[in-house]
Amino acid sequence: MSIDIVLCVPSCEGPVKKAFEVTGVTPAVSTSGRLNEISALEPGDGFSGAVINASAFPFSDAMSLCRQLRARERSVGPIILLLDHYQLDDLTFRENLFDDFVVGPFDVSELATRLRHRLRRAGNESVAPRIEHGVLSMNLETYQASIDGRVMDLTYMEYELLRFLATNPNRVFTRETLLSRVWGYEYYGGARTVDVHVRRLRAKLGEEHAHLIATVRSVGYKFGTLGEREVD
Amino acid sequence: MASMQSQSQYVLRTVEERGVRFVQLWFTDVLGRHKAFHVTPAELEDALEQGMTFDGSAIDGFSRTSESDVLARPDLTTFQLLPWYEEGAGIARVFCDIVNIDGTPFDGCPRQQLRRVLKGAHEQGYTFYVAPEIEYFYFKDLDPLKTPQPIDTGSYFDLLPDDTASQIRRRTVLILEEMGIGVEHAQHEDAPGQHEIDLRYTDALTMADTVMTVRHVVKDIARQAGVSASFMPKPLAGVQGSGMHTHLSLWRDEKNAFIGDGPYGLSDTAQKFIAGLVHHAPEITAITNQWVNSYKRLIPAGEAPVGAEWARYKADALVRVPSVKPGRIDSTRIEYRAPDPSANPYLAFGVILAAGLRGVNGSYELPAEGQRMAPLPQSLAQAVDLMENSELLHETLGEHQVEWFLRNKRAEWDSYREQVTAFELERYLPLL
Repeated sequence: MSIDIVLCVPSCEGPVKKAFEVTGVTPAVSTSGRLNEISALEPGDGFSGAVINASAFPFSDAMSLCRQLRARERSVGPIILLLDHYQLDDLTFRENLFDDFVVGPFDVSELATRLRHRLRRAGNESVAPRIEHGVLSMNLETYQASIDGRVMDLTYMEYELLRFLATNPNRVFTRETLLSRVWGYEYYGGARTVDVHVRRLRAKLGEEHAHLIATVRSVGYKFGTLGEREVD
Repeated sequence: MASMQSQSQYVLRTVEERGVRFVQLWFTDVLGRHKAFHVTPAELEDALEQGMTFDGSAIDGFSRTSESDVLARPDLTTFQLLPWYEEGAGIARVFCDIVNIDGTPFDGCPRQQLRRVLKGAHEQGYTFYVAPEIEYFYFKDLDPLKTPQPIDTGSYFDLLPDDTASQIRRRTVLILEEMGIGVEHAQHEDAPGQHEIDLRYTDALTMADTVMTVRHVVKDIARQAGVSASFMPKPLAGVQGSGMHTHLSLWRDEKNAFIGDGPYGLSDTAQKFIAGLVHHAPEITAITNQWVNSYKRLIPAGEAPVGAEWARYKADALVRVPSVKPGRIDSTRIEYRAPDPSANPYLAFGVILAAGLRGVNGSYELPAEGQRMAPLPQSLAQAVDLMENSELLHETLGEHQVEWFLRNKRAEWDSYREQVTAFELERYLPLL
C-alpha cells in the first residue's frame, strides 16, 4: 500500500503536525509555497491532498496558491484551508478554491477528522486512519491491530501504547514519558506498569515480532527495528 | 490519554468489529469465588455506562440483607477477548468493581479493598509488585465421593513423554500468553498430577485480576480436554499440597526499594517489611489460607511453612529471600510462602502488603534468620480467632468484610466439626 503524502504549506507544526501523526499520513512541507518547490516535493504518484495554513502567511498569497494548484494539470487532491476567525469573511466568492476549512485555534482531532474525511471522500480508501509498519497494521478507526494479517486481541491500554509507539517509530521514550503521554493520569501501578504492558504487547505480537518494541537499556523503549536493539 | 469516553468507545467498537456475542462481566466475592454476568452487545452500552444492578444479598459475602442492591461497574481497561473458545464464539470479559447505588465504593468489594491498600502505599511513594507461583492438580474428575485420581504419575520437573497433562498445560500457557499474561515458566510439580505456573510480576491489582483469570483458564482448558483441574490446597493425603508462593517487591521513585547493603543485598525497608510479615503472619493466615482444607497443607515435615520465620534457603521458611542472578539486581525480592491458590487474591495481596508496611512504618526489628517467632495457626478455627483480634485486619479489610468473613468461616468450621471422619472410624472403632 502506498503511503499518503499530503502537501503542507508553509509549515507543519504543533496541532497540525499532531493531526498528521494521528491520521497516519506524511506531510511534505513547502515553506515557500512556490510551485517549483511543490513540484520538487511531489511524489511519483502525486499528492493525496493539501493543507494550506492561511493564518501563517499573507492571505492573498494563500489564495493565489490555491488558485495555482487548482489550475495545475496534475491535481493535488482536496485542499484544506486553515485560517483565523477574522479571515472567514474573505472566503466569500472563493469557495471554489478549497474543499474544506478549519478555523483556529486548531484542534487536533477536528483537523485529523477533516483531513481523513476529505482524503477518503476523494476516493482515497487507503487513507483510512491507519498505521502501517511492516507486518503491523493498525486501523485507528476500528481500533483493530493486526500482525502478519492476524488480528491481535488488545486491551485498551495495550492498544493505546502500541499506537503511540508505532506513531513515533525509532524514537526512544522513557517510562515516565510513556506513562504521562499514554496513560495520562496518576496510576498507582508506577512506571513499571509500562514494562508490564510492553511485555504483554510482546507476548501478543508473538515471538517473531516481539522485537518490534525494543528495550533501550536504562532509558526506555522504542518502536521499530532500526539501530540499537535489545530485547529483554 | 485514557479518558472514560475513549475507553468505552474502544470497547464498543471492538465488540462490533470482532463479532463479540457475549461479554462476561467478571467480579469476585469475599471468598474469591469467580462470578459473572453475561450481557449481549445490545445491552453492553448500558452496562458500561451505568453498570449492572444486582441483589447483593443473593451472593455470599456481598451484602447484609438490609442493604441489598449494588452495582457491578466495568473497569474498561480490563476488557479482553477470551481466545480459547471455538472460532466465532465471540466471548469477551471485563472485570467489575462493586459500588453502591449512589456510586460510592461498596465495602464488600475485594477489588476495591485492594485498591484502597495500594492507594495508601502509593501515598507513601510505594508501588507494590507481586509474582505468584500457582500450583494445582489435574484429576480425571472431581467426584467428591472418590479419592481424586491424578492424570499422570510424574514428579518434580519431570519431562514426561508427551502426555495429556503436559499438552493441557502447554495449551493453557499459550492461551495465557495470548491474553498478554506473562508466564515465567511452567513445570511439573512434586506430586503426581501436580503442575505449577509461575507468573511474571505485575502491580498487585493487575495480578489479582490475573490470578482470577489463570484459575478460570486452567479449569476451562482442562474441562475442554475432558479432565478437571483443582486449586484445592491439599486434595491428596501423603503428597505435597498446592501453594501459591508469592514474590514481592516494593518500588519507590522507580527504583526497587528492597535493594540495599543489608544481609543478602536487602535494604532497611526490605528488612522491616520482612519483620512486618513475620510479626503479623499468624493473624493474616485466615485470609491467605481460608479453608478448613488449607491447614492440611500447612503441616510439619512438608515444604509448607508452619511457623513465622524468615531464611534464605530453609525449605519450610515462611519468608524466603531468593538469590538474585548477577546483573539482575532489580529482581531483588522476597517470597511469602504461606498463601494457597484458593485464596481470594485481592484480599491476600492486600493483607500481605499491609502487614509488610506495618513493619516499614513501625520500624520493626528483623528477627534473627531462622528464628521462629510464633507458630502459624494449625486450623481454620485458630486462624479465625487470630483474625478476630487483629487490629491490622480490621483496619485493612474494614468491619463489613471482617464481620462477614468471621461469620462465614465459623459456620464452615462448625459444619466440619460435625463430621465423623474416616480417620476416627479407622482408629477408634475397633479400639474403643
